[in-house]
Parts: sequence; structure tokens; C-alpha cells
Amino acid sequence: MTAIVNVFLKEGVLDPQGKAAHHALDSLNFAGVEDVRIGKQIIIKLEEEDKAKAYTEVKEMCETLLANTVIEDYSIEIN
Amino acid sequence: MKVAVLRFPGTNCEFDTQYAFEKLGHSTELVWHEDETLPENIDLVVVPGGFSYGDYLRSGSIARFSPVMKAVTSYANEGGKVLGICNGFQILTEAGLLPGALKRNNNLHFISKHQKLCVINNDNAFLNKCETGEVLNIPIAHADGNFYIDDAGLKNLEAKGQILLRYSDEDGKPVVVNGSVTSIAGVCNEAKNVFGLMPHPERALEALLGSEDGLRMLKGFDD
Repeated sequence: MTAIVNVFLKEGVLDPQGKAAHHALDSLNFAGVEDVRIGKQIIIKLEEEDKAKAYTEVKEMCETLLANTVIEDYSIEIN
Repeated sequence: MKVAVLRFPGTNCEFDTQYAFEKLGHSTELVWHEDETLPENIDLVVVPGGFSYGDYLRSGSIARFSPVMKAVTSYANEGGKVLGICNGFQILTEAGLLPGALKRNNNLHFISKHQKLCVINNDNAFLNKCETGEVLNIPIAHADGNFYIDDAGLKNLEAKGQILLRYSDEDGKPVVVNGSVTSIAGVCNEAKNVFGLMPHPERALEALLGSEDGLRMLKGFDD
């Protein structure tokens, strides 16, 4: 199975890269941009074939290493 | 005093750190990240600056799982003194030995310059040779030094005297350098035996080179 993990700074934690990209989009005259947030995507290929087990395993990976939950949130998609 | 200086792939301040403590009359020993134990009879562990594991994923996030960090965690939990400088500070927050986290600087730049720091609390084993309110001149060199902690965490740090240093002007008034919450440059844990700061005291040892304030900071560990 493949797990797609998205890691973003939490709401309320200033995202300086998102802010810089937002500013650049404004400068390029892209109107109506309300907010830009930049995160990272981590794609993990797993041997596990049970979706629920894969999810549990990846959640553990996020809590341990992939995200710093002091400043970051994560989402997991299993395919 | 005997000081253990850790070394990860990508560490680059270990020799400066050794030089600083040896200049103060102490003996030092480098400890490789794969070692599972710390040298015997040490009085201090220093996690020096650099770019451990290329800062991949997040600064300090991979180094904190090195075998030696298990030994450092046990050492700290037993009351042993630990100092993290720059990348060392990032590693200690990632390891949960210090509160908060260090994010990318607000201006996204790597900032490298001499910076004034105001001593906020000297009632600890690190800054006891400095005065509260004193302004020090110490180099900073980091891209991820933007200290973050939530409001409840900040109140707790203030109440327990865990804020060690703030970026300031020459009068000690806080200034925004990298976006850190309330301009925090260094903190300690609640038990006051684990210390972390982004500035580099080991680079401020000679007046001729701009400042010798770092010597006085590191001298705090003498007793």
C-alpha cells in the first residue's frame, strides 16, 4: 500500500514560506489569494496490505518522527 | 571539569566548543553519535552546532534518534547538565528535553551576525556568572532559530524562570531578529539542568575577534 502524508504548520503558527509565496503571488497580480500555506508531502510504500493496520503504523511514524506536533499537524491518506 | 562534546554527521562546531572549554581549563572528549554510552565521570554534555543529517526533515529531528541521545536523555533525567548550542538546541527540543520548537526564520534568511542578548534569568547553572538584565554580544548563525511555544507554554516558562536569554538592543530592550516568540534566544527545562540557545558563545572568546562574552557564559558551568 502507499501512504501519502501531508505535514503542515498548525493553524495559528505563522508560516513564513507561505507568507512569502503569498506576497509573490500578489506581486504577480494573481487577485483574490486569501492565504497560502506551504507544507511537505511524504510518500511511503508499505508492505502492509490491511488499510487499517497501515494507517495505525503510519500514524505512529508521524507522531514519532515525520511531524513535530508542537508546531505541525499531519494528515494521512492510504491507497 | 570534564565535558563530553557530541558529534553527529554534519556537526561543525565541535572543535570550537572543545577549544572554548579547554581555554577555561577543562578537559573535553568528543563522543560519536553511534556510541551508546557517555564517557565516565563527566560533568557536562554539550550538543554543539552544525547541520546534523543535513537538517533533513526538520533540523535536529533525525539526530535526536541517534544511539548517543538515549544515553544523553538518561543522563539528563538523572540530573546531569546538558547544553545545546544552535543545532544542539534544535536537537534537544526535538528530543523533548527542552520545551517548544524552532521554526524557519521569519524572513527565510540564514542570519549570521553578532547579536546583542539580554540575560533574563541567571538563577541557574549556566548563566550564574552573568547579571540579570546584562547585555551580551554573541554571534548567531542559523536559518531555523524562530522559537515557538504556545501561550500556555510561554506563561509556564515565564512563571518558572526558564527563559534564559532574549535578542535585544544594546539597552536590553527585546528586538525581533528571527520571529521568536517574545524574542526568546535561549531556554532551560523546568529542573534547570538542560539548557539550549541559538547564539554561539563558543565563537565569542577573544575581544580581538569582536567579543569575549561567550567565555563568561560558559564559565557558569565551572562550579
